[in-house]
Amino acid sequence: MTLRSRALLATAALSLCLPLGLVASAETEPAPVQTKDVDTPQVVEAPKTAPDPAIERGRYIAVAADCVACHSNPKSGKPFSGGYALETPFGTLLSSNITSDPETGIGRWTEAEFTRALREGLGKDGQHLYPAMPYTSYTKMSDQDVHDLWLYMKTVPPVRNAVVTNQLPFPFNIRALLMGWNLLFFEQKRFQPRADKSAAWNRGAYLSDALAHCGACHTPKNILGGDKSSEAYQGEVLQSWYAPDITPSKTGGIGDWSKDDIVQYLKIGSNRMAVASGPMAEAVTNSTQHLTDADLAAIADYLQTLPPGPATEAPRTAVTGAVMAQGKRVFDAQCKACHASDGTGIRHITPSFPGNTAIQSNEVAGIVRTVLAGGRGAITAENPTGAAMPSFAWNLSDQQIAAALTYIRNSWSNRAPPVTAEAVASTRKTLNLNAVGRAPHPAP
Amino acid sequence: MANVHPKVDAVIVGLGWCGSLMAEELTRAGLTVVAIERGPWVETAVDFPPSVDMDELRWDTRRAMLLPPAIETITFRNDPTQKALPARDWHFNEWGYNVGGSGTHWAGMAWRFLPFDFQPYSMTVERYGAAQFVDGLIVQDWGVTYDDLEPFYDRFEKIAGVSGKAGNLKGEKIPGGNIFEGARSDEYPLPPLKTTRLTDLFCEASASLGYHPFMVPAGQTSAAYTNPLGVRMGPCTYCGYCMYYGCGNWSKSTPNNCVVPVLMQRKNFSVLTESTVLRANLAPDGKTATGVTYVDKDNKTWEQPADIVVFSAFQMQNVRLMLLSKIGKPYDHATGEGVVGRAYSFQTVSGANIFFENEYLNQFIGAGALSAQIDDFNGDNFDHTGMDFIGGAGILVVSRGARPIGNADFLPPGTPRWGSEWKKAYTHSFQNGTFIFGQGTSFAHKDAYLDLDPEYKDIHGLPLLRLTYDYNENDRRSAKLIEDKSVEIGKKMGAKLVVATNATNQHASPYQLASDHTNGGAVMGLDPKTSALNRFQQSWDVHNVFVLGASSFPNNAGYNPTGTVGALTLWTAKAIIETYLDKRGPLVAN
Repeated sequence: MTLRSRALLATAALSLCLPLGLVASAETEPAPVQTKDVDTPQVVEAPKTAPDPAIERGRYIAVAADCVACHSNPKSGKPFSGGYALETPFGTLLSSNITSDPETGIGRWTEAEFTRALREGLGKDGQHLYPAMPYTSYTKMSDQDVHDLWLYMKTVPPVRNAVVTNQLPFPFNIRALLMGWNLLFFEQKRFQPRADKSAAWNRGAYLSDALAHCGACHTPKNILGGDKSSEAYQGEVLQSWYAPDITPSKTGGIGDWSKDDIVQYLKIGSNRMAVASGPMAEAVTNSTQHLTDADLAAIADYLQTLPPGPATEAPRTAVTGAVMAQGKRVFDAQCKACHASDGTGIRHITPSFPGNTAIQSNEVAGIVRTVLAGGRGAITAENPTGAAMPSFAWNLSDQQIAAALTYIRNSWSNRAPPVTAEAVASTRKTLNLNAVGRAPHPAP
Repeated sequence: MANVHPKVDAVIVGLGWCGSLMAEELTRAGLTVVAIERGPWVETAVDFPPSVDMDELRWDTRRAMLLPPAIETITFRNDPTQKALPARDWHFNEWGYNVGGSGTHWAGMAWRFLPFDFQPYSMTVERYGAAQFVDGLIVQDWGVTYDDLEPFYDRFEKIAGVSGKAGNLKGEKIPGGNIFEGARSDEYPLPPLKTTRLTDLFCEASASLGYHPFMVPAGQTSAAYTNPLGVRMGPCTYCGYCMYYGCGNWSKSTPNNCVVPVLMQRKNFSVLTESTVLRANLAPDGKTATGVTYVDKDNKTWEQPADIVVFSAFQMQNVRLMLLSKIGKPYDHATGEGVVGRAYSFQTVSGANIFFENEYLNQFIGAGALSAQIDDFNGDNFDHTGMDFIGGAGILVVSRGARPIGNADFLPPGTPRWGSEWKKAYTHSFQNGTFIFGQGTSFAHKDAYLDLDPEYKDIHGLPLLRLTYDYNENDRRSAKLIEDKSVEIGKKMGAKLVVATNATNQHASPYQLASDHTNGGAVMGLDPKTSALNRFQQSWDVHNVFVLGASSFPNNAGYNPTGTVGALTLWTAKAIIETYLDKRGPLVAN
């Protein structure tokens, strides 16, 4: 059966950890025309038999912690049954089956073992889990939340799916090494509310740090994959996506975003300047869109008080000359139809470029990847469009892509160093994409 | 023994505009719906991004999105004495072959029919008497009026994001819009598209002749838009790659852009792609259908049981499904009895090719429905007294985006078709040559009908549909008037050369692309002796079968069919949800 075909894959093929997205700042644009009688959007249904409020709370915890993102099977689409491949700098890990199946899932686990896995990163038999499982965040979860989550997970229908999670090469396949890693980078500590902050701020901090594990992608990592805690949320490259700086930095981060901008981004997957794509699109689709407005506002409160990341040193003058001329030609021919002549895009379909901090970041991996491989925007109840950036690997050379990106980074008010053809070539190789001239898919 | 799926509330055969709109209504009402689509899954982001969409050779010349005739075609003849032969090219049969159906590749002209078009019999008799009908013409009222459909037109236009200007808002005539249209309850959701040099020339000339030009309502968004289902659309860039193409930037009103993304988020909706429905299966008493039988891409046969069966394939395919499923009495040309295959109509096309001397029409700019039209000679908008015919045509010019390959032959008569003379002439004609198109009404005739071919079969071994058709005397008379009016306007526009065109001067042929608007054969109506469906597009004979599309039209209007197809679907959906689900029987007594 070709049920739902590609669109199902698009929503169910869940990727690594969390947040990242194309970020931008922009001038106000006219509101799009909208008919008066917009229907009530579809809401994701709660299970029909959820009389126990603790189980319902646990379901919400599972959504906020986005367990389903990594633990679902991309082939069968069955939630929590594991098998999703996580590409790490050290090799591939497959997520485990956490359905209630006794043989291949966690049906025989005790609550104490479940709690230990979340908080200490240890499996049923005490073996070390790899920190792709964000126990470094979950360790901060409250007793109540861990308990409620356990009650909910017990209600997840069993799916038989045996997964060999550890696919890493030697020596990283030796789990005992993680004892040392944990000593260096892992501190078992519950979330400590700050008395000098509001209840909403504390809730936002708890959601971001403990449950949603935003730092798993957005916090820079050291060479061993440990968090650089002093640089929390200042941006990192993972799986050749750039999870941008989400601190209030005006130059590198989202300092120009209002609280409402952040809430809208997490709720519908886009706002007046940015469209979530890549792994962040999945995080919005699976997790953040389902959070209450109060919780999203709390996250925004928290993010807006983070210590700003370092200011990006922008070149004082924009790039000029032949590269810009070539970039303009490529932009006019290939990009303008959706991104508009003035670069401001189409709201809730494409991002806006002028003033877009992520576009001007010194870290170009994300934008290069997006042009080469494309990327789909978040699909949410309030914006089901599923707009996407097509791949240009097949019809633009490395130099053309470099020139177009350089042009975008140096037009309007933007100022940023040029993107080199070598950087594009390197990402093209990493992504194993066809060279120019190869059609993206066969003609029918 | 067929493989049997679990039973669902409704099975939808064909996921184009009709199928997707019906699925949206039924799933929102809580029903479990499975759609079965013959073609592959396609979606805007993956299959038609602007980087691959604008490929004339692939999409237009080679019609890459259409159902290949090698899989299924029609057989054709002009009259019952001839032997019908398979059509080995498209034109009559430009059937969609993907999720989105023909709605993916349509041009986007999003019309409402005139009040007259739904009641041609009673209105003609009242105004002129029955003598106005030529011999053998089949003219009958639809059983649904413009006023019945108005709210559903409105809903369709909002879902599709149609750009236009009202000419009759709640009875108030508004200059600049189409003053002949039926009363609208609301403006179009988006303002009209920008005009072009060509539409400006046409509007000036026709207005100076006393006519009432207006911009055609377009399924291309003139601005960014959010439809009632929450789907975002981007503003049209006037790239001109609409008809036979997808649309890469969410600017064309297609099921893929406007409806399917929402369906895919609903847990009670599924689509089976690359699966061909062969027939609906009937219960032993023949009064209800039990579901459908289909063949998947691995040639495996399946049964999909369902409480409601919706045929929403292309018009001809709907008629063929009715015949193959033995639903309704087939039309017998000899006796004139029977309804399935009866009342076939097409489109009567005439006009003028016009060539200017020193114009810059810049025809690389365009949109599928970027057009200006007059309706002064459409429907019954003018007095037919003493004219021996009914109907007429919308007369329009289209800034559709000239095709570099397709237009290479659009030259003044007598121009060489190769060499330097041709190159020179083509360079000139690209900026100076275009046409005035009379898109006319078409009325059914007793000698034009659809049945199953006795000899030719499709790849599943089932008989092809046979079309017996030629233009009738009513068509020829109305086409002549429209030809003359087109020539008049062309001259007024300042064209140096005006060449009259008229499809009815020859026999109809599947190798002459006059239009791909083909209608009727399973028409709706008030009398089971002359219609296959009642006024809710419900089979008179098998009450849980609903048939959606232009197959329901007893006659064609001087417009494109899609807006009416969409409105009728929403009208039927309301009847199913509000009445049929409780009643589970005929919605009109027979």
